Amino acid sequence: MARICFRDAALAAGWIAIIGVSLPAGPAFAQAPSSDLPTRMRDANQWPMAARDYANTRYSELDQINTSNASQLQLAWTFSVGADRGQEAAPIVIDGTMYVVGPYDGPYPNRVFALDATTGELKWSYAPRPEPAAKGVACCDVVNRGLAFDNGKIFLNTLDNHTVAIDAKNGKELWHTKLGEINRGETITMAPVVVKGKVLVGNSGGELGVRGWITALDEDTGAIKWRAYSTGPDSEVLIGDDFKPFYDSLKGKDLGVTSWPADRWQVGGGTVWGWISYDPELNLIYYGTANPSPWNANQRSGDNLWTAAIFARDADTGRAKWAYQINPHDLFDHDEVNENILVDLEINGATRKVLIHPGRNGYMYVMDRATGEVISADAYDHVNAYKGVDLKTGRITPNGEKTPNLGQTINDICPAAPGAKDWQPSAWSPRTKLLYVPHQHLCMDFKSSEVGYIAGTPFIGASVDMYAGPGGYRGEFMAWDPAAKKKVWEIHEKLPVWTGTLVTAGDVTFYGTMDRLFKAVDARNGNVLWQFRAGSGFIGQPVTYRGADGQQYVAILSGVGGWPGVVANAEVDPRVRNAALGFTGATQDLPFYTAGGSELLVFKLGPAPTKDNGNAQPR
Amino acid sequence: MRSLVSSAFLLAMAGSAAAGPDALRVCADPNNLPFSNRAGEGFENKLADMVAQRFGKPVVYTWWAQRRGFVRRTLNAGNCDLVMGVPAQYNLAETSQPYYRSTYVFVSQTARHLQLDAIDAPQLRKLRIGVHLIGNDGNNTPPAHALGQQGIVDNVRGFMIYGDYRQPDPPARLIEAVEHGEIEVAAAWGPLAGYAATKSKIPLTITPIVAGEQFAPQQFQFDIAMGVRKGDHALRDQLNDFIAHNGAEITALLASYGVPLVEKRRSSAAGEQR
Repeated sequence: MARICFRDAALAAGWIAIIGVSLPAGPAFAQAPSSDLPTRMRDANQWPMAARDYANTRYSELDQINTSNASQLQLAWTFSVGADRGQEAAPIVIDGTMYVVGPYDGPYPNRVFALDATTGELKWSYAPRPEPAAKGVACCDVVNRGLAFDNGKIFLNTLDNHTVAIDAKNGKELWHTKLGEINRGETITMAPVVVKGKVLVGNSGGELGVRGWITALDEDTGAIKWRAYSTGPDSEVLIGDDFKPFYDSLKGKDLGVTSWPADRWQVGGGTVWGWISYDPELNLIYYGTANPSPWNANQRSGDNLWTAAIFARDADTGRAKWAYQINPHDLFDHDEVNENILVDLEINGATRKVLIHPGRNGYMYVMDRATGEVISADAYDHVNAYKGVDLKTGRITPNGEKTPNLGQTINDICPAAPGAKDWQPSAWSPRTKLLYVPHQHLCMDFKSSEVGYIAGTPFIGASVDMYAGPGGYRGEFMAWDPAAKKKVWEIHEKLPVWTGTLVTAGDVTFYGTMDRLFKAVDARNGNVLWQFRAGSGFIGQPVTYRGADGQQYVAILSGVGGWPGVVANAEVDPRVRNAALGFTGATQDLPFYTAGGSELLVFKLGPAPTKDNGNAQPR
Repeated sequence: MRSLVSSAFLLAMAGSAAAGPDALRVCADPNNLPFSNRAGEGFENKLADMVAQRFGKPVVYTWWAQRRGFVRRTLNAGNCDLVMGVPAQYNLAETSQPYYRSTYVFVSQTARHLQLDAIDAPQLRKLRIGVHLIGNDGNNTPPAHALGQQGIVDNVRGFMIYGDYRQPDPPARLIEAVEHGEIEVAAAWGPLAGYAATKSKIPLTITPIVAGEQFAPQQFQFDIAMGVRKGDHALRDQLNDFIAHNGAEITALLASYGVPLVEKRRSSAAGEQR
């Protein structure tokens, strides 16, 4: 019954390298109805975008699975996406159909599957045709963080820089637009977000000298409506008279040029590969930018704006309303693409519209999302690379003793290069008023090391030697109270916790570990209620929805790979520590725990276990 | 005659890693002259032909851009057995005896008469200088590091070593910027600069960069060897034998590509801790 639809022959002629290409849309799309996404976000049966809602809460009103019965969870069905590489994608669920995308690998890179969300039956699949040149040029990161949906269309970002619209009913391609150039090191790994009929997409590849941008495409035609760069002149960053940053150091003309050595902003990084949130009342989108390029800082004096920063932009025009730079002149690869969660928070007796940003630098930022003022910024993990955030000036205080400098060995820099937390998104429960944060707990030594060699050019490399932070564990899943500015409970994990999380009205929160466990946790106290040992480790994003049978389901992809596998290498074991030359590490301790995988796992409640039942679920 | 045969075989097998055990399986960048390209025009291509001729085998290539992941995805994936050029102290591969030693150089239009050789020369604070940037981790090329260490930044233009891979030989943009006068001097790895100087319509002057110990552990000269998979002592030994017996031919080949060759210093002041 399953119907397989690959791109048809007419379209298979290859990607058309024209910006803003638009294929004529069918009559059904002639007059675009207003977005139906907000309605779906209010329907707990669905999971309509990777972050579930525009506020990026990853909170579901479903409560069939709760703290008293989560122990009865069992596998309902599974599905293979066909490529054993890092599986970071969030499945999305629309009207009883689940849409999921695989990594950029295998015979059909970035293949999209539509599955009956209740039975797992395959309805259709779609496989983009990558540029042949992409192989061998794409560097390291082949993950895809998920799809988007609006008005009957699925939106896919491919690693080789295409955004594709697919008919959600039958898997037929509607349009595609090329947004970047993989031959310049540019890639796309983030999940697109649709706001008011525009598909928002950002690029990756900062370490290769890519200049970061976010681009808005018309959801019906694929035409580019606007693009805002993260570096360069105000005209290209979309900064105008209505730009009102809160802090004086961020006011001035063309700071995206003048905070760099001459012309260096052109290869300055600041890519946009994380999460986008949206406040409909303020009509602002929020996202963070990545680290400046090159990582080594001594050839890029200045603050290097607008890298490692948060932007608030008008959702219609892309024009910046405010910005805040979290890490001026970043020294550690602490890019700040992490999620910005929009909540109303009681602070000192007043309700504030805030944005919560768990920083890569180890600080939990609570900001006024209308103005860009930092209300608080408190360390949520062990931090010694910085000495705190000055709330008057908004500037972080670097710790001069931890400045990497080739020729010197700088020991014990915390957090390490991946930060206290990387891309893996947190969840917010309006019931507990707690933020659930999966993150890593790593420190590093920076030293000059072996000879490196790229494109025929030798150099003395810098090596970053990562290891478990104080306490000897590498990962943590924790609940944080942003009003009280403190950790409420925590679970330590041997390996970095690289999955996203979700939380439900049943007060259950879920996350996965790299050593193959998927866990349900009591959101109020951190008690582990249930766990499942899967085929491969987890670095994906859990989602939950209600099936046609009225059952609540929880789904996540299993399969480690890519960066996370390398981060996992940060073992306190001297036998393997030095293997991670610049993260390329061939030897890792991860293979001791898991191999790669490609399995979508879907769970629901089974019958309550009864005594004397030999077939009861093993626990 | 033998090299004709190997070329024909190469064409037949182009793009395939499915060579028999009787081929010299070389991992190479298809787009990085003067080192190698798909058309076989680089000195590493010619060197591979020499080795293959000596071994009595045809050359078969696995093509991959030589950047992060190159060794992992070619040599260590078992798709090929030999990388023609790697630093002699290279952690990712087992290396042969070095077959040449080159140096970072300043390259400028001869007409400018720059008279430049020291990386801490005062005039570097004024000149428009071009360097290659690496990007990953804390990595950068030695001149980029040394200039940055002296605070020479604002007059330095960075060229990403990766460039735009759609263009031929992306790292060559740095030298072209010297030819076009966009920069007054480039600090580049010798083989790249020396080859460009032999091709350039505008006379270029190449001078080895002199650097004092204050820039350690950075070094400006490197020994280059052939690389094989770790543990592949048999092939390494064969290559060492080839290098030992063909020194003059190899040096002549390198000279024909304009590669600046330097003698190994007796004691190394900077780097080479291993």
